[in-house]
Amino acid sequence: MSKNHIRPLTNLQEGQTAQVVSLLSKGSMRRRLQDIGFIEGTQIECVQKSPAGDPVAYRVRGALIALRTEDSANVLVVG
Amino acid sequence: MGLTNESVGISAADNGLVIHKQHDTDHIIALAGNPNVGKSTVFNALTGLNQHTGNWPGKTVTNAQGYCEYNGQGYVMVDIPGCYSLMAHSAEEEVARDFICFGEPDGVIVVCDATCLERNLNLVLQMLEITTHVVVCINLMDEARRKGISINVPLISKRLGTPVVCTEARSKKGLKKLMQEVENILEKDYRQPVKVEYIEQIEQAASILEKALKGVDIHRIPPRWLALRLLDQDETLLKGLKEYLGYDIGKLPEIQAALEQTEALLMSQGLSKEKRLDSIVSSLVRQAEAICNGAVQKSGYSKEDRDRKIDRILTSKRTGFPIMILLLAVVFWLTITGANYPSQVLAKGLFCVQDWLSQILLYLGAPGWLESLLADGVYRTLAWVVSVMLPPMAIFFPLFTLLEDLGYLPRVAFNLDKYFKKCSACGKQALTMCMGFGCNAAGIVGCRIIDSPRERLIAMLTNNFVPCNGRFPTLIAILTMFFVGAGTGLFQSAACALLLTGIILLGILMTFFSSKLLSSTILKGVPSSFTLELPPYRRPQIGKTILRSIFDRTLFVLGRAVSVAAPAGLVIWLMANVSLNGQSLLAICSGFLDPFARFLGMDGVILLAFILGFPANEIVVPILLMAYMSAGSLMEYESLDALRTILVQNGWNWITAVCVMLFSLFHWPCSTTCLTIYKETKSWKWTIAAVALPTLVGMVFCAVFANLARLF
Repeated sequence: MSKNHIRPLTNLQEGQTAQVVSLLSKGSMRRRLQDIGFIEGTQIECVQKSPAGDPVAYRVRGALIALRTEDSANVLVVG
Repeated sequence: MGLTNESVGISAADNGLVIHKQHDTDHIIALAGNPNVGKSTVFNALTGLNQHTGNWPGKTVTNAQGYCEYNGQGYVMVDIPGCYSLMAHSAEEEVARDFICFGEPDGVIVVCDATCLERNLNLVLQMLEITTHVVVCINLMDEARRKGISINVPLISKRLGTPVVCTEARSKKGLKKLMQEVENILEKDYRQPVKVEYIEQIEQAASILEKALKGVDIHRIPPRWLALRLLDQDETLLKGLKEYLGYDIGKLPEIQAALEQTEALLMSQGLSKEKRLDSIVSSLVRQAEAICNGAVQKSGYSKEDRDRKIDRILTSKRTGFPIMILLLAVVFWLTITGANYPSQVLAKGLFCVQDWLSQILLYLGAPGWLESLLADGVYRTLAWVVSVMLPPMAIFFPLFTLLEDLGYLPRVAFNLDKYFKKCSACGKQALTMCMGFGCNAAGIVGCRIIDSPRERLIAMLTNNFVPCNGRFPTLIAILTMFFVGAGTGLFQSAACALLLTGIILLGILMTFFSSKLLSSTILKGVPSSFTLELPPYRRPQIGKTILRSIFDRTLFVLGRAVSVAAPAGLVIWLMANVSLNGQSLLAICSGFLDPFARFLGMDGVILLAFILGFPANEIVVPILLMAYMSAGSLMEYESLDALRTILVQNGWNWITAVCVMLFSLFHWPCSTTCLTIYKETKSWKWTIAAVALPTLVGMVFCAVFANLARLF
């Protein structure tokens, strides 16, 4: 997939990074993601998958945050 | 929240917060901060208290308070739950927000994590909108240094317009300076904190509301802050506001008019409520970014690399699960091995005292029945609890605490989340389940970290499927007596640890199974979204943790022994010695329960012991022994072998042993846990469900097992 395509965060492989474009989540999850720094332009690194492949841990503004596939699919990234 | 005397047992239940000032002149200082930034460590260091500090987000779910003095001035410190934002999303964040907004603290210390300062500043900026009396405390400076992060503190302080102090709370560095700054901000009111700039449309709407608020009594709340909050109409905040002000501000005509005006203005610009909030949060995050820009430098990744290496071992596909099970087994092995010797020494000493006690009582001219009641009834039960139950509890607890401090528990949640998701439950349930190992009541309170009410209920109803600290010794004692042989050899203790691990895994399996069952029946729903933060690994303060934890546990068990075991001993003695129609009450009660208990693979006395053990699980085995012994030969405790003889004489075989272990794992929660469930759910219906679920599971397991096993 092209690097400049907008894609869900779920597509990132371990070790890859991308920038947040927008959030599709609604309500309190949207707020929570924004509070921990998922806003437009934020650099996200996919750090580690859990043993069962889901959730996946991402590095966001210095912290390590695990998200389930359903939730990372709602974060659109580019790069 | 974590496992200390304050958080387990009866004090686990939250009773709301009443500030206790020692003098009228005392200042109230709130300690706020993101989850897991060492807030509780700062709190402990300042107050000399012992609020538990584990390494996982969400330990503090209720407000805790302590007292400290600086320069002759008294301060009441309130440790509030960690939160990312004051725009609350979860129950524990609401507790934090309500205290800051409506609790009228004189000042706020916002504790920040030096290793990810930028994110923490989001909360600082929100705090500065509510009060100018803010001291920023950048904690974990040592950790940041090791990660190669350097922070230009004067620059950050200048940009924020509020004092910033660096601390290393674990080694108590920087705390004096912190208190000095707290004193300064309370005395001088000249600070000009940074003002967060929002987009033009929001600023315009906010100023309209701010003007409307001018003639309105809003106590100590800054008008700008309230205006911004009114823009997004958060329901829980409005409810808290109404309670605080004593009237509904939205019903005032001038506010209503202003709200209509701003609503029309914002909607005409395409700013729905959601977009407004988006924009407000973005502005905050960007401002935090701007403040850190050039002031926080990073070089090298040494420690972070180390954390990733550990994570690759502890949470990888190949080794994640084996290590989890191995760690569990090792903890049990250490517990079993370590408890053996102290248990024997305690027993010898305590039963020796019993003889003296009898003699003293008789010497003082006490009648025979009184001597028997006090020595054989009350004292002996107490001695059983202390000698058989205390050592494993006092060893398991600190070991568990060490894993907690290291930061392993969030990794367990990370590993297990997929399976919780399959049960339509929350991955954080793994954390509350782990807390249950220490104390189910603490586990229940911990369920507040789960945001979705449905998933929180599932976690509460299934918490009892993992045995608490008070049930481990029962399992260990029965395993040792009937399956491994009471030796001290390496083989015996390892075999025992493995079997115990198997039993625990069964409990965890049942947690999953019943979570699934609940979410497809009475608690139907889809799994909700959540974020799980994986904190950096921290080296636990090994010596301190072990000593404090053993001390805490010992006091706790002794307290319970006196308050619960001693009265239980009295009851059982009376039941054994008061006769009706030539039959003791004990025989009548156990005889009544016997047929049903036999169907479950046990006997009437065992079931009676479980029932009388409702106040505390650790007294079940002592009651059982008392009941058997009161009926027949009185034996001295020498070793577990002697106990085995008593049990075998009373008809125990391996089937009985398995059924007792199963029933110990799966039966009603203790009275404290039930009370806590009621307090947390405010519903008898759910409390009864929490009692019925494990009890039914246990009965089915025991009945099926016993009746199948008897066939062979």
